[in-house]
Amino acid sequence: MVITMKNEKYERIAKDHTAPNPKLKNAVIAFIVGGIIGLIGEGIIELLCMYTHMSRNNAGTIMIVIMIFIASLSTALGFFDKLVTKCKCGLLIPITGFAHSMTSAALDYKREGPIYGIGANIFKLAGSVILYGIIAAWFFGMVRFLLGGKI
Amino acid sequence: MLLLNSFLFCGIVCMIAQIILDNTKLTPGHVTSMFVVIGAFLDSFSFYDKIIKVVGGGALLPITSFGHSLIHGALAKANEYGILGILMGMFDLTATGITAAIIFSFIFTLIFKPKN
Repeated sequence: MVITMKNEKYERIAKDHTAPNPKLKNAVIAFIVGGIIGLIGEGIIELLCMYTHMSRNNAGTIMIVIMIFIASLSTALGFFDKLVTKCKCGLLIPITGFAHSMTSAALDYKREGPIYGIGANIFKLAGSVILYGIIAAWFFGMVRFLLGGKI
Repeated sequence: MLLLNSFLFCGIVCMIAQIILDNTKLTPGHVTSMFVVIGAFLDSFSFYDKIIKVVGGGALLPITSFGHSLIHGALAKANEYGILGILMGMFDLTATGITAAIIFSFIFTLIFKPKN
């Protein structure tokens, strides 16, 4: 039976039994979720500017702190992980992903103690962002500075 | 208008990241590190500043903004103190985000128990 089965038939059966290609769906979900996060961020800035008359720069800083607070809290409460498996990059690319990676790494290694557990592992995932960010910023900053450009 | 721009910009950045993640063998760690480098590169010729002016808050949220604020603080100090300023000003603008993330994640780690 297996030997006589033709390649075309096998391919058709295999195609029927594999999950439908989720790439397009994933991209659309990431677009919508990421867009909503951007929309909330800009909304918070405009509300702060409207009601407290602070400058746009200060409002932006406070908005980022609020976002980090929400992401950290929801990671610790346990439902951010489920959202990440559904929305993926929509939540990982904004600053919420940075806060999520730190809180989840710290929580995972909590039982190994405060020094070798939390202390050693809190930057486990976020460390690469900081490392390569600094290396890139230093390199491009040196190039820009030596070319004599002003900001 | 800024609200719509924020939605579109933040959404498109996330969508590009998702497409890269789906079509290559890179992990989310690779993608976020790559986006930080891209943000630093875009700001080395002040291009990201123009994006922030047009887009508003939506451009501050993606991780590319982290690279932008690293190099922006460094170059601002470099104008004042010369080449040493690049080392002095690196964390000027990102300090809020990193410190807030450290404090909140530490406090919440102490309070809550890990869930499997």
